[in-house]
Amino acid sequence: MPDKKPISSVNDFVVRFANVNGSGSASANEMFARAILRHGVPVSPRNIFPSNIQGLPTWYEVRVTEDGHLGARGGVDMMVAMNPQTWDKDVAGIEPGGYLFYDSTKPMPSTKFRDDITVIGVPLTAITNSTYTDPRQRQLFKNIIYLGALSALLDMDPKLIEQLIGEQYKGKEKLLSSNVHALHLGRDWALQNLKCPIGLRVKKSDKVGDRIFIEGNSAAALGAVYGGATVCAWYPITPSSSVAEAFTAHCKKYRHDPETGKAKYAIVQGEDELASIGIVIGASWNGARAFTATSGPGISLMTEFIGLSYFAEIPAVIMNIQRAGPSTGMPTRTQQCDIIACAYASHGDTKHVLLFPEDPAEAFEFAAAAFDLAERIQTTIFLMLDLDIGMNHRLCRPLKWDDAKQYDRGKVMTSEMLDEGRDFGRYLDVDGDGIPYRTYPGTHPTKGSYFTRGTSRDRYARYSEEGSVYADNMQRLMRKFETAQDLVPRPLQANAERPTKYGVIYFGSTSPAMDEAIGLLEARGHQLDRLRIRAFPFHSSVASFLAEHDFVYVVEQNRDGQLRQLIVNENGIDPVRLVPIVHYDGSPITARFIAKAIGDHQDHLKVTPLRKAVS
Amino acid sequence: MTYIAKPKFHHPGLKKNDLGYTHRDYEGKISTLCAGCGHDSITASIIEACYELSIEPHRVAKISGIGCSSKTPDYFLGNSHGFNSVHGRMPSVLTGANLANRDLIYLGVSGDGDSASIGFGQFAHSIRRGVNMTYIVENNGVYGLTKGQFSATADRGSKSKKGVTNTDNAIDLVAIALQLGATFVARSFSGDKTQLVPLIAAAIRHKGASFIDVISPCIAFNNHAGSTKSFDYVREHNDAVNRLDVLVGRDPIAVDYAPGTVQMVEQHDGSKIALRKIDADYDPHDRLGAQTFLARHAAKGQIVTGLLYVDPDAEDLHEHLNTVETPLNTLEADTLCPGSAVLDKINASLR
Repeated sequence: MPDKKPISSVNDFVVRFANVNGSGSASANEMFARAILRHGVPVSPRNIFPSNIQGLPTWYEVRVTEDGHLGARGGVDMMVAMNPQTWDKDVAGIEPGGYLFYDSTKPMPSTKFRDDITVIGVPLTAITNSTYTDPRQRQLFKNIIYLGALSALLDMDPKLIEQLIGEQYKGKEKLLSSNVHALHLGRDWALQNLKCPIGLRVKKSDKVGDRIFIEGNSAAALGAVYGGATVCAWYPITPSSSVAEAFTAHCKKYRHDPETGKAKYAIVQGEDELASIGIVIGASWNGARAFTATSGPGISLMTEFIGLSYFAEIPAVIMNIQRAGPSTGMPTRTQQCDIIACAYASHGDTKHVLLFPEDPAEAFEFAAAAFDLAERIQTTIFLMLDLDIGMNHRLCRPLKWDDAKQYDRGKVMTSEMLDEGRDFGRYLDVDGDGIPYRTYPGTHPTKGSYFTRGTSRDRYARYSEEGSVYADNMQRLMRKFETAQDLVPRPLQANAERPTKYGVIYFGSTSPAMDEAIGLLEARGHQLDRLRIRAFPFHSSVASFLAEHDFVYVVEQNRDGQLRQLIVNENGIDPVRLVPIVHYDGSPITARFIAKAIGDHQDHLKVTPLRKAVS
Repeated sequence: MTYIAKPKFHHPGLKKNDLGYTHRDYEGKISTLCAGCGHDSITASIIEACYELSIEPHRVAKISGIGCSSKTPDYFLGNSHGFNSVHGRMPSVLTGANLANRDLIYLGVSGDGDSASIGFGQFAHSIRRGVNMTYIVENNGVYGLTKGQFSATADRGSKSKKGVTNTDNAIDLVAIALQLGATFVARSFSGDKTQLVPLIAAAIRHKGASFIDVISPCIAFNNHAGSTKSFDYVREHNDAVNRLDVLVGRDPIAVDYAPGTVQMVEQHDGSKIALRKIDADYDPHDRLGAQTFLARHAAKGQIVTGLLYVDPDAEDLHEHLNTVETPLNTLEADTLCPGSAVLDKINASLR
């Protein structure tokens, strides 16, 4: 018996699987997460994987959360330790009173365990080897066997897992039955030889509702399909590659002419990120909706073209699935570290529109909207995802589309408008919003053509090195950026129950951890108004929020507080009033981290918690 | 430098092509390149080729990179959209434009710095993909706009205006284009309109990746000491009011020679180019033969010109991608968006 009382918890715990990359564990682990969802219990799974194909350690963490806290929690209640390489670290990481599940085929010295945890040994290799002879089968079914054993230990309904296996191997009867067999091998062994269930249990609930379970990259790619993207150019880079791959898969399903079989899209894998963005710029210049997906190093390479997009006013959509930088950094770890790089990408005075979706549902919505915005504002729109949203399955509200919606193709002067005698100046601000009209190449035999260039030119696109002409154009670009403020998604504000002088600003994948942290902070008596920023340029409500609070915490996942810098820079406010709360070790930010950092700061300010004051 | 408009009036009796357009309808703005520049001769040949082909001027998209050559699309087809993009990146911009609208004619204009150095990769990959385009490199072996540095097509052993000897091996873009699978490969000389105009016309007509390397002398950075038109000579006879580099214009080099012969052409700086016209029995459908022919003559210091290879049955990128006949840029939500009913099904599959 452990010398610490075993953790007892229903529908609220964290299981972490420690595996070897390439061992086929991913699908079994994902099935575990899905099976819990089928119990009506929300889960939040996360892949923690190396930049490697085979051999290095990989983890899969499943947070089981009846309350629907989808951020990473931190800590592990049950470790499924399948990787000898990381054994010591994995065992050390278990919460006191937690559980260690391991393959007991080979005896382990007692020094390899801990006294304050429950150790559960299942002879996985022995069971597998006595049943299967093929080495590949042994490896794959071992994963399903531990899934079976876990189902017994955690009191899960095996029928729900069988149902999932049935869906996955629909039409492949042999695989289906052999997987179900493996599941029961593990389950039966556990039921016969172990005390089941343990303190951690899954109980049927109804907290999932109509929510869907999808990766952010796939949702963003679907957003591009719905948003009318016809050209996609990309270069493989983790963690963004699955955007283009998902776009390809979605297009194959939904974008072929039923009669001719021809494709209503073109996807090119470029030779590098320069070519990818070049293709996007060329296609957009010519009136198609085009995008690329990349990550930090790709953004660095694309900056010259991004400057051209800004200055020559060519629409472009760049999905940036952020990872830990700088340089190659940690390619398979998450961060929100390209805020400054994207907001001001390129030499010269530039500013770009950034969108910050919080989850796959918003990734879908914002991805589709990005194409309208790009054509409306005639500039680059960045969809700022990160690895945490992009490459993990996330429970989110169902995707929605309004069939009455038409695409906003922006200000495009047609042949008819030119024939009516409309004055066409490519860089002429006719509406006072800084946005000029453009024409597509090939529009009219004698009117509306112009020479697009990255060099300075006048309102009629004629080359000019006159200082006043250049300045006039730069001011209009600024005006245009101001117009963008009211076109992009607005920040969402949620106020504390009682009036407070303290606020918190956050964005993107920090969202679920922040929501949970608010509860933890309230329990400590700290009241905070919240503002979730969803886009740059900042809407005027950001400045109002800052003005209404003495101190505002800016929570983000990078070292330098990049969003905070951007807010300070763009709003010209006293930086002292913006307190950086930064998390940047490459793991997703947790509620525990946020609550501690903000709580400590509040304590440091010697704030008397409201609860104490009233009691 | 300022913008120079070109007067629009012309003689009422000016000859018209099949579509009723005159030569003037294919012209652009007044060139700001040095007078006598070979590039202006290429511009004239492009105008001539488009006039002769009776192309609707506005149905051409002119795309270039950065450099002297890349400025030229402003000087022809004034009613066409042009895009002076990023140094070395014309091929990707053109590829994207082509994907968006397969119905236009794509003319890519680049230089030797643009295509053989900074944009060597993009040059290669656009050729590999078989983008339907006419890719013209105006090749002068020198960086003109930054005043005379060697480019990657400068021959080993050649001397710069400053007297520096080039020790790097030259890139022959024609040889590379052949190797990469271009389906129309030609070389010409800016001064040889008789040869160049039909080559451009044929390249435009070709479906697939057409590549033309046009040797185009730089009169500014390809002259040598001793010439009465040299930099030093001009400076000595110039009453300078400020610090300027003044260049004396001259007539573009003109050359015309019979097929099957070798002709030595003297450039402005006195250096010589041996031009070999392809033999009458040359087979332009034999890629391997073209490569051998090219290499054999290069070894003798001769520059082979003319149509070196053509595959009349070539496929282009759109065929590889199986895209619809309708230009992608004309498709709207009704054909592109799968709609809410499909989305409901997708949602259901994700539970």
